[in-house]
Amino acid sequence: MTAVMRLAALSAWSRRLTLGLSLVAIALAVTLLLAVERIRGDARQSFAQSVSGVDLVVGARTGSVQLMLYAVFHAGAASNNISWDSYRAIASHPAVDWALPLSLGDSHRGFAVLGTSPEYFDRFRHGDGEALRFRDGKAFGGVFEVVLGSEVGQRLGYRLGDSITLSHGLSELGPAHGDKPFRVVGILAATGTPVDRTLHVGLEAISALHLDWVGGAPLPGVNIPAEFVAKFDLKPKEITAALVGLKQRSDVFRMQRFVNQYRGEPLLGVMPGVALDELWQTIGIVERSLLAVSALVVLIGLSGLAATLLAGLNERRRELAILRALGAGPGEVFLMLTAEGLLVTTLGALLGLLLLGAGSGLAAPWLLERFGVVLATRIPDEAELALIGAVILTGLLASLVPGWRAWRMSLADGLTPRL
Amino acid sequence: MASLRITDLVFRWPRQAAACLDISYLELAPGERVFLHGPSGSGKSSLLGLLGGVTLPEQGSIELLGTDITRLGGRARDHFRAEHIGFLFQQFNLLPWLSAIDNVVLPCTFSARRRQRAGNVPHVEAARMLRHLDLGEALWRKPAGELSMGQQQRVAAARALIGRPEILIADEPTSALDAERQQAFIDLLLQESAAVGATLVFVSHDQRLAGHFDRIIALDDINRAASGLNV
Repeated sequence: MTAVMRLAALSAWSRRLTLGLSLVAIALAVTLLLAVERIRGDARQSFAQSVSGVDLVVGARTGSVQLMLYAVFHAGAASNNISWDSYRAIASHPAVDWALPLSLGDSHRGFAVLGTSPEYFDRFRHGDGEALRFRDGKAFGGVFEVVLGSEVGQRLGYRLGDSITLSHGLSELGPAHGDKPFRVVGILAATGTPVDRTLHVGLEAISALHLDWVGGAPLPGVNIPAEFVAKFDLKPKEITAALVGLKQRSDVFRMQRFVNQYRGEPLLGVMPGVALDELWQTIGIVERSLLAVSALVVLIGLSGLAATLLAGLNERRRELAILRALGAGPGEVFLMLTAEGLLVTTLGALLGLLLLGAGSGLAAPWLLERFGVVLATRIPDEAELALIGAVILTGLLASLVPGWRAWRMSLADGLTPRL
Repeated sequence: MASLRITDLVFRWPRQAAACLDISYLELAPGERVFLHGPSGSGKSSLLGLLGGVTLPEQGSIELLGTDITRLGGRARDHFRAEHIGFLFQQFNLLPWLSAIDNVVLPCTFSARRRQRAGNVPHVEAARMLRHLDLGEALWRKPAGELSMGQQQRVAAARALIGRPEILIADEPTSALDAERQQAFIDLLLQESAAVGATLVFVSHDQRLAGHFDRIIALDDINRAASGLNV
């Protein structure tokens, strides 16, 4: 038995090129499968960690998922703003403990600019209720002061005291607010949330930037230099959205009703958890499709292995007959072929896992930057081990086919292979 | 005790009406060297499969060294084959990815008895045999697939003979050799099987090779199924 297995290993080694190709195919398929599963889990994790302790997100009436996406994740643009009066009405509601205004729409070299109040840095919570921390400097005080998210500072190499200008709109090519430079006064510590990729300024700064603008473009012939903006009323007229914390969580439905039935303008209040659930339901279909496609790719890889083993079997008829003559039974011939398939599958799965580790190490910064997904490098969790187990089990099933074929062949051929 | 005794043997391929083999009696003495002659299609392969215990007859008994192998289970027959029978095929006897000497040693990894009879150090015995069969030492470590056909058959002979099996079955082992090498190889087989005291069953369709054997048997003469099968 051990003699047969040793010979099986040597025989497999002699066919290492073809088997190696099958192995690589399986490894890549397993990498894909695990990557989809991992990104899926980590994306949820990243989203769920992005905001904590907020009872309601309030914005103009739109889809609740859309409101979450632009208000919290700074993805996409708001369809409409809400008036400052509406915000004040909500913020001063007796059930409300605190409210943070959010004004979005400008950017700096691809990073979103958020106009808010200085309390933002005290109130905002992420992860398991963690507060924001300053790595350097302090919150903005003056109009033309900016606080950078950790990644903005790191990627663009800014330090305290640097001077930067913002662009209008979310693309890097939008018209510039070049006439009103900002001074970096603070840089936040990393959070693993969209905060890292955001520049924070005061609401007054947003007003100041757009004093000489109308309808998304600078007024021709009008230019208000930075030193004169203080002469104007910088109280915001509109904001994009607001984060609301209640005194008692049990008031959340009452408050939501108040927001949704607000007379002044059509508003929408969503509970972040509910909106995220809705988001998962929407993208759950896509996730499952991706997972199904990756599973299919694994099946194709394993079919390829079975086909390779079956195709090789004809050339190995002599080999099997020799082993039979030496005393190997048909059962051992069966085991030999099945073990070969199982070995290739297992090695392929392990290689896939290694590739995933290496690949996620390389791709993690890019995923974080482009999609805000924190891809953790870690040992495989239960779900991933279950997937690997399923792959190996399927590989075993696929290997039974050539095993069975070899068993039949060794019975029919006996000691004289028909060639 | 006879080395081989076949009694009332009938063998039929599955889903075939006519019997392929029908042999009432055949006995070979220990050490006897027999030339078994039969044209192609006469049931030689079937007989070899039966003698090796790879297939079972419909009826009758096959006694090898006093053991009726038709009464043994599949695993026991495989084991019996490994312990007591050396096989030599027409060609491609060797695992091409193993070295020549590792091919010779193979039976000793399948059978403890043959390893013991090879002196428990199979590689030493294999080297002795290869040297004896005039295979240059430079070739021993080469993958068997790179040797010439004549060299391969000599390696195969060494493998069949290592650990002194009681029975040596050769199935047209010279068919891949050129004419002048054929007789030399047969003489070598006769000599070596005599040296280890094995009963040699040499199967061939080529009657010209029968010269130096102790006994010549025509399969068609002992196979009662032959008259109906072969023209």
